[in-house]
Amino acid sequence: MAVRKPATPQPPAPPRGPESYGSAERQAAAYRGLIVKILFTSFVLVILLLYIMPLGYSFITSFKSKSQVSDVNAPVLPSARVTFDWEGESYEVYEVPIEGETRELALTVRRRDHAFFVDPQNPGAGEIRWEGRWRSLDPVYELAFQWGNYPTAFEFIDFLQLLRNTLFYAIVTTFAATSSAAIVAYGFARFRFPLKGLLFMVLISTIILPSQATLVPQYAVFFQFGWVGTWLPLIIPTFFSNAYNVFLLRQYFLTIPTELEEAARIDGAGPIRTFVQIILPQAVPALIAVSLFHFFFAWNDFFGPLIYLAGNDNLQPLSVGLFRFNGLYATEPQLIQAASVMTMIIPLLIFFFAQRFFMQGVVVTGVDK
Amino acid sequence: MEMLDAVQGARKTKARGWRRLTRAERREARWGYAFIGLWIVGFLTFYFLPMAASLVFSFFDFELTRPDEATFIGLDNWRKLLFEDPRVWQALRVTFTFALISLPIGMISALFLAVLLNSEHLIGKSLFRTLFYAPTMVPIIAGVLIWSGVLNPTTGWINQIIEAVTGLDAAGPNGIRWLNDPRIIYLSYVMIGFWAIGNAILYNLASLQGVPSELYEAAKIDGASWLRRLWSITLPMISPIIFYNLILSIFGLMQYFEVPYVLNTGTGEPDGTTYFYIVHFYRQTFQNLDMGYGSAIAWLLYIIAITITATLFATANRWVYYAGGNR
Repeated sequence: MAVRKPATPQPPAPPRGPESYGSAERQAAAYRGLIVKILFTSFVLVILLLYIMPLGYSFITSFKSKSQVSDVNAPVLPSARVTFDWEGESYEVYEVPIEGETRELALTVRRRDHAFFVDPQNPGAGEIRWEGRWRSLDPVYELAFQWGNYPTAFEFIDFLQLLRNTLFYAIVTTFAATSSAAIVAYGFARFRFPLKGLLFMVLISTIILPSQATLVPQYAVFFQFGWVGTWLPLIIPTFFSNAYNVFLLRQYFLTIPTELEEAARIDGAGPIRTFVQIILPQAVPALIAVSLFHFFFAWNDFFGPLIYLAGNDNLQPLSVGLFRFNGLYATEPQLIQAASVMTMIIPLLIFFFAQRFFMQGVVVTGVDK
Repeated sequence: MEMLDAVQGARKTKARGWRRLTRAERREARWGYAFIGLWIVGFLTFYFLPMAASLVFSFFDFELTRPDEATFIGLDNWRKLLFEDPRVWQALRVTFTFALISLPIGMISALFLAVLLNSEHLIGKSLFRTLFYAPTMVPIIAGVLIWSGVLNPTTGWINQIIEAVTGLDAAGPNGIRWLNDPRIIYLSYVMIGFWAIGNAILYNLASLQGVPSELYEAAKIDGASWLRRLWSITLPMISPIIFYNLILSIFGLMQYFEVPYVLNTGTGEPDGTTYFYIVHFYRQTFQNLDMGYGSAIAWLLYIIAITITATLFATANRWVYYAGGNR
């Protein structure tokens, strides 16, 4: 790009006290900067709120009553109609405009064009006659959380059983996937052998292979083994490492200096001992990242359990359980949202506590650093 | 594109015949094979043989429960797939249409959010980053059910917000039917897809942080506008990661299943607009139990995946900038 303009000559500093003038200008600039920051951050905040709004919907709906969910005019927050007990009966409270002011009154007698109310503040005064259609009045609500939705959903969906299955699947396969990937990655990172380049290319190319392409024969074979309807088809393959995890760990192993390994070799340690005692302890962050990836993958896995565990209700994980719950209780949105909240609470907690490892891992897989 | 470099790097190691290795080299190679042996066994068992078997299956009339009665039918499955089954073309059309809509929107949004999160003007960057990533952590089925509630015509918040902001009669019995109106169904699916762009945001963010700040300083001195800097510096510098995101998104879309399956139970409603390719695969293979035809469907997907990948990689050096020079 063309010629640079010479800097405009600065006017000579005024002879007045050097700190007063300069600092005022600097202050003004800092002030402007702060305004920009606040405006910009507010803008991002609005986008964020829109982005995570459905989480708020889910959380709030999970505390509502069924009748409130289906009532379009009900307040946004979990609420219940305010009622007033009078002479042994319970009456609903409405906002009634009387003599220029709006009073909260309990509706006792409903007629087409008039109604009777009683004032909860002053029930002794007896019934008040009001001319007008009571159906046009707005009911009065108060905050009310239906805590019971959670125990109900917990029981209906058989949460404990689903959680046990999901945890079992996630923990076993996380261990299997991480340890097998570490072993294979070490082989690719530290040893020279014929055909290594070709084999590594084949490994990487399996990443782009759609899993459906191998699914049918695998399914047919597992069916012959009598494994369909058990966890085995979902667990056994994870013991043979996965290309993505191998790739991530290999990249990390390559960044570990070889001095310690050489020292260990001179001390007579074999490759297995070197791997376990030298490499693994230095690769803990990458191992944690891979474990987290796999854990969340397993927690989310839907297609695999859907086809392999079909017909065995006792083994279903949370993902499939939640899907079926949705089919059975479609008319109870508050229970579905409560169940959804229960399903996501554990992954979200783990994420918030382990996010440093997690985000580093995400970045290592994707970005040239 | 570390992955490409790694492949290239690994290929450079000299391939010498086993006989020409010294004893120490053979020892090392044996240990190498021992470590990667696990993967080789897994690859043969769970990838290579099933792929080959899948190809063989596609020439058979094969029902799962009666494997002994499988009969060779030549190209019948393939003829059905390519010429006789209108649902295949429908599924392909649905998948590609949705991809053409959701890919640009998703990728631009991920880039836009990354630019926002990378801005020097943002207070509390790491908190924002965490919160923008959090929805990606929501298990997919829970996420779909949450969106299904939010998009509900009568009680969902989206319609209520639209009504509150615009004053239109968007909520209630005549509300916008996000999930049942074929004209806007893809828009709804795009919204649901926003919850899956967390990884793309993080990749973009890390990549933006890697752009040398001298480039921006030089451009500022030259008087380049913000837009000009974005177009001439930022985008070329992060094009490798955009390429990577594109590939990942395409593979995600080719296997798109959970959302249509949970929201529209895999029926393709409304009007067949949600009859995605994998939905067709699932129904043919695991509901009709027609394994031979299912294999052909899966192989066609594989062929399409390879074609797209090859095309993208072949054209990559025209628009992807590699700081280390084009390789």
